[in-house]
Amino acid sequence: MEEKEMAKSETPFLDELEKGEWPSFVKDMKQAAEKKPMAKDLLRQLELSYKEKIGHWKHGGIVGVKGYGGGVIGRYSDRPDLFPGVEHFHTMRVNHPTGWFYTTKALRTLCDIWDKHGSGLTNMHGSTGDIILLGTTTDHLQSCFDDLSDAGFDLGGSGSALRTPSACVGPARCEWACIDSLNICYDITMSFQDQLHRPMFPYKFKIKVSGCANDCVASIARSDFSIIGTWKGKIQIDQKEVQAYATAGLDVKAEITDLCPTKCMTWDEKAKTLAIEDADCTRCMHCINMMPKALRQGKEKGATLLIGGKAPIVQGALLSTVIVPFMKLEPPYQELKDLILKILDWWDEHGKMRERVGELINRLGMRTFLKDIGLKPVPQMVKNPRTNPYVFFWPEDIKKEVK
Amino acid sequence: MAKTDIGPPNYKNFMPPVIQKNYGKWQYHEILQPGLLKHVGETGEEIYTVRAGSPRLMSTDHIREICEIAEKYCDGFLRFTSRHNIEFLLTDKAKIEPLIAELKSKKYPVGGTGHCVTNIVHTQGWVHCHTPATDASGPVKAVMDELHEYFSTMTMPSQVRIALACCLNMCGAVHCSDIAILGIHRTVPKPDHSRVPNVCEIPTTVASCPTGAIRPDPKTKSVTINEDKCMYCGNCYTVCPALPLADPENDGISIWVGGKVSNARSAPMFSKLAVPFLPNNPPRWPETVAAVKNIVETYAKHARKHERMGEWINRIGWERFFRLTGIEFTDKHIDDFTTASETYRTTTQFKWG
Repeated sequence: MEEKEMAKSETPFLDELEKGEWPSFVKDMKQAAEKKPMAKDLLRQLELSYKEKIGHWKHGGIVGVKGYGGGVIGRYSDRPDLFPGVEHFHTMRVNHPTGWFYTTKALRTLCDIWDKHGSGLTNMHGSTGDIILLGTTTDHLQSCFDDLSDAGFDLGGSGSALRTPSACVGPARCEWACIDSLNICYDITMSFQDQLHRPMFPYKFKIKVSGCANDCVASIARSDFSIIGTWKGKIQIDQKEVQAYATAGLDVKAEITDLCPTKCMTWDEKAKTLAIEDADCTRCMHCINMMPKALRQGKEKGATLLIGGKAPIVQGALLSTVIVPFMKLEPPYQELKDLILKILDWWDEHGKMRERVGELINRLGMRTFLKDIGLKPVPQMVKNPRTNPYVFFWPEDIKKEVK
Repeated sequence: MAKTDIGPPNYKNFMPPVIQKNYGKWQYHEILQPGLLKHVGETGEEIYTVRAGSPRLMSTDHIREICEIAEKYCDGFLRFTSRHNIEFLLTDKAKIEPLIAELKSKKYPVGGTGHCVTNIVHTQGWVHCHTPATDASGPVKAVMDELHEYFSTMTMPSQVRIALACCLNMCGAVHCSDIAILGIHRTVPKPDHSRVPNVCEIPTTVASCPTGAIRPDPKTKSVTINEDKCMYCGNCYTVCPALPLADPENDGISIWVGGKVSNARSAPMFSKLAVPFLPNNPPRWPETVAAVKNIVETYAKHARKHERMGEWINRIGWERFFRLTGIEFTDKHIDDFTTASETYRTTTQFKWG
């Protein structure tokens, strides 16, 4: 009996992944397959990939909606003979609400639109943060976009464009947000709509905004332009609350002061008081993470701006590096947006095709970047000064021969 | 025609009233139990967050089920996290236990907070990508089936962030994760000389190679690839579809460890190579699951409280990491890309293992 049941299934490999404790994507795919032939063919094609250990999507394909150069990722099956339902199976990237906040009304509207036009399958969310609507046919792209737009949604970025910016939960539900990460992200997104929808850069450009150095959206690793909240001034200590943490079992010495990377903190075991040498603090967040009720950041808030983070392709992975140690960020964020525009222009002018801004800076030299953008070199930008003597000087540094 | 350039809906319209009122005025938070956060505002107002895992790849029916739950307990407000978790936001304390009970009865894992293994950030894989060296959702499901108890508890020394990218393009940017599962190719692209001249721009294709392995071939109007220089990154395939490199028997998975993005205590770090190659073995990738589990559990056993994977390894040294995990150290672990010499040991200080 059991063998017969097994023989009936078209997807024995994927059926295996319905078992187990973790939520199963196969269940979701089967749910969609009950309603949509294209989702059923997606499931069947994926089963073939599991059997053959190889993907079955053709390379790329340019499709889109009127007025935009991106937001839709063209996708075609390489076995339309077997899986006609996924002959065209394009992804629509939809710009998520900043901070990934939703009302169920908005989510239900999205679901209705996607059931009407596509496979009924989504990613919540894609790697850059967008809502990913997974799979529809070419003839549905425009009408789906029209319905999305009528419902107040817009497409996200793709290709050599500004990608959908993203932000951590920020001041909406976090006491550590030194900047209004949500509003900054939303403002940038709205201000740079043209750059987002109409690819015109050498390659992709990502902006991510984190409210503090914990960097919950991984801006330092995953964005070309990283905005990370920080502060100046003394960490505000509530000694009573420090004592309450200690009484509750927190070992202040072992878990806080000993782990402080700058050793700028001392814990007086007898007096039960915590002291911080704020000038030595590098604002790593560890002590504040550990005792949110007792420690609050300094009162002067702003952001550190960093540039160049990216994954390995092409010249190797880079972490973003500091270019502005501290910038106050208040609406309308003009200084910030002017700087971003200047950097985009510089990159656009000098960058080669498929060269991210971090790689361009490595090719032309940080000194050139700083000079062209008009940023003053400061020690905060480096871990240490150069160790090699291959120093370039500008012509104006050199005394001209007097004849 | 529909309006363009309207941007995303304004997030302010999607926030529950308690957030609107306390925006920017939160004072502190506590993790009351795995998967349950309490944030307290300056006025003493509270918001509770119940966090649950999702498979990321979700049907509209699944999303509607989440909506039903949020309508029943949270006045129709919810959010998602940067790691594909669902957060139910509520103010009525009395509704917390029933919400968690309903989530559990519907098989939602509740957790993902504090010192846990949270949800795996991942890519599309064979489901929807044209360059994958492995699947994404499948290995993630298999690994999380094995590690799910670490999602719903907080027994790890510190946060454990696992990420999966199904090829080196890393749209999942896994390169700064405690554990990165990375799909890799191991064979040189096979130029389809009949198609290259028609579908590829030769100078762009040549320029796309980070090691200069691609040369134009004027005779065939195609390209040749120097097999000694190619490290199978796949960048040429991205710009030239006639250079396929997927290879069912030789593609597979590599495992990287010790990266982080947070600045807490130590600076952000890249992940480093732990296991150079494991075979693609669908549907459950047992070798990959075992390797990840071994690393997680070895770390959990030996690391000190609050030490992230990379901080633990930096303290004990890589020589001890390889001994404790039993992972074999090979010539593949020694870098030979442009940044290689930064990783060679320039001191006589090391451990015997």
